[in-house]
Amino acid sequence: MSPARPGPEARGRKQIHLAAHFPGVNNTTVWADPRSESQIAFSSFEHLARTAERGLFDFFFLAEGLRLREHKGRVHDLDVVGRPESVTLLNALAAVTDRLGLAATVNATFNEPYELARRLASLDHLSGGRAAWNVVTTSDAFTGENFRRGGYLDRADRYTRAAEFVATARELWDSWTDGGRPRPVDHHGEHFTVRGEFTVPRSPQGHPVVIQAGDSPEGREFAASAADVIFTRHSGPEAGRAFFADVKGRLAAYGRRPADLKIMPGVTFVLGDTAAEAQEQAAEIRRRQVSPQNALLAAEQIWGVDLSSYDPDGPLPDIDPDPGSELAQGRVRIADPKAVADSWRALSRAKGLSLRETVIETTGRQSFIGTPEAVAAEMDAHVQTGAADGFILVPHLTPGGLDAFVDRVVPLLQERGVHRTEYSGTTLRAHLGLPEPAPRAGERNRNVH
Amino acid sequence: MSLPPRPLHLAVALDAPSRPGADHDAADHDAAHFVALARLAERGTLDFITLGDSFARPGLDALAVLARVAPTTQHLGLVPTVTTTHTEPFHVSTAVATLDWVSRGRAGWTVGVSTTEADAALFGRRSAAPPAEVWREAGEVADVAARLWDSWEDDAEIRDRATGRFIDRDKLHHVDFTGGSFTVRGPSIVPRPPQGRPVIVVEVTGTAADAAAPADRVLHEVAAAHADVALVRAEDPQTAGAARAELRERARAHGRDPGSLVVLASLPVELDSSADAVGLADLIRDWHADGAADGFHLRPADPARGVGLLVDGTVPVLRHRGLLRRGYAGATLREHLGLPRPANRYALAREAS
Repeated sequence: MSPARPGPEARGRKQIHLAAHFPGVNNTTVWADPRSESQIAFSSFEHLARTAERGLFDFFFLAEGLRLREHKGRVHDLDVVGRPESVTLLNALAAVTDRLGLAATVNATFNEPYELARRLASLDHLSGGRAAWNVVTTSDAFTGENFRRGGYLDRADRYTRAAEFVATARELWDSWTDGGRPRPVDHHGEHFTVRGEFTVPRSPQGHPVVIQAGDSPEGREFAASAADVIFTRHSGPEAGRAFFADVKGRLAAYGRRPADLKIMPGVTFVLGDTAAEAQEQAAEIRRRQVSPQNALLAAEQIWGVDLSSYDPDGPLPDIDPDPGSELAQGRVRIADPKAVADSWRALSRAKGLSLRETVIETTGRQSFIGTPEAVAAEMDAHVQTGAADGFILVPHLTPGGLDAFVDRVVPLLQERGVHRTEYSGTTLRAHLGLPEPAPRAGERNRNVH
Repeated sequence: MSLPPRPLHLAVALDAPSRPGADHDAADHDAAHFVALARLAERGTLDFITLGDSFARPGLDALAVLARVAPTTQHLGLVPTVTTTHTEPFHVSTAVATLDWVSRGRAGWTVGVSTTEADAALFGRRSAAPPAEVWREAGEVADVAARLWDSWEDDAEIRDRATGRFIDRDKLHHVDFTGGSFTVRGPSIVPRPPQGRPVIVVEVTGTAADAAAPADRVLHEVAAAHADVALVRAEDPQTAGAARAELRERARAHGRDPGSLVVLASLPVELDSSADAVGLADLIRDWHADGAADGFHLRPADPARGVGLLVDGTVPVLRHRGLLRRGYAGATLREHLGLPRPANRYALAREAS
């Protein structure tokens, strides 16, 4: 940055934190596009991660799923399927990036604290302080069939186990003395008993960054108590501001400041040279995401019955959903399928929409659509008005889906003084402006930012 | 005894030296240290490097280290130890498969176990079990991992725009594995890796015939049933050769082609000077001429010094004698080892029916 130009702080604008989500397993990835390449080859991950680093993003994010989704008792075949194991992949990405944070989603239900704390501390060492862990939990026995522990935990137990899991990992990460020796850990909790020495020295970030995704009251409370970043679905301005105020308001009870937890909604974007062109492209992307087959599938997720005899371009089924159906496995359960079906029918009648058009209208709305100028302005407004601290961008295409954003929107955010023009620190905590966890005496000068 | 038909295979262990009382060396946690050693090993056209692991071992997760090394190398095989006693077999399988994806077909896996109470206490889930029992379980983990690698047929991804199907689900399979202590439903979340199945390595000591402990007999059975490479810790060429013959005979009893089990003699080596490096080349020539092994897994006392002396001292002598290749002919670890890419068991079963 030239010295004549006022720095972002001088201009008093909040900085936007940016992250990139690998467009993995789902129907939002437009795999039928001729530009779509491998979902599993390392080159695809490398391209996206390097692009995110070129855009000076905070981190690169990988989701996880421990069982392939099934429909009618068979593996679901319409979505992108198949992905690598996150932590291993991120260790490889550490070799081809220098500054980018590397965030792995790892389930706290089907792992054990000692092993995972060791794997994450290893990633933090091998990346020079760029590791993050997105803590998720699983409630279904369907996923449990792939694991020794099997079974599942009810909702409340999932979060108590996750909270104890994170606390135990932090005990292990904190267990080295100033003299560089391990101090034995002796943890006896409701879910875990861990006794012994942690064999990995304190990692560059002290603790890898902890991310939490989930929106239930238990999830929000868990994030307020234990997370550094919360990955949310609330991308709209009103819902975003309400969520932001609620979660930030919960921090004081845990002795934390609002800046200690970054709120980053997962968002999509569609760019065009004109507003009309962007809208047209967004509509085309939705048509590709919701193919006729995918429209029927989406309806079957709600109705819980075989709808293959229905015409996706015809009206919605006039039968009632089966609330006890186990047709779809491995997807989020819909609490009240009849209410959803009724609302779909009402929308379809009011607007004269076919089944497929109704699915397009009700699911997976694009977050930011417009010219690069409009998207930059809208993102900036979200952050300045307290709807988010930044965004986790979910591109539509692998691996080129982030290119246009980095080439066209990032420079505009930089001009607005809300996005860095170079990395000022080397660790993910530095990028996020997060405090170092309880620094040990004599090590306070590491990673100053 | 005539020379074995395959060329000499050479591998090296990057394990940190055991330093009683001072186990924590900064270099053991530094990616640059491992990258430099791996590149050196690749310059020596070694088949693979190994990195040991256990939960009690000071140092980083071995598979993580070799994943970090993967993009910095092109040909070298990468073989971490991954333990099976306190881990989830499903996670072990996906992590090793991912190492194969990120290295473009250069992953192996040394099957490890935890037998101590100290390791068990780090997990608090089960007590330490006798070695024979944890090795039986390790064999089951190797078995289910291979089944999960096969659970996607190679051509399962179809991207059929006409029908909207990304995959052909007839080519994905539940493994429905039931072992003594775990079950796994499958299929894997990771598509079949580039090598079909990453190379499975099992480390054994001496011959099972000599072994008094039941665990050693189990270990030889696990190697014979599941390993692509057996590392034999033996102090003389006769013992190593006998172990090789015995392991191959056991593999035959498991219905395998005995030639599909590569047996390497695993030797600790002290390399402090160029003279030591040349001495090692002589020893390798002699053992190899005796038919003791298909190759060698060398364990330098200090890898930071030993790997350099091996590559710049021992390797040129072996090449000069025509015992060691000058470049890599293939791209994958299986190709270096002369092992075929395994056919997919589910595809075979489907074709047979």
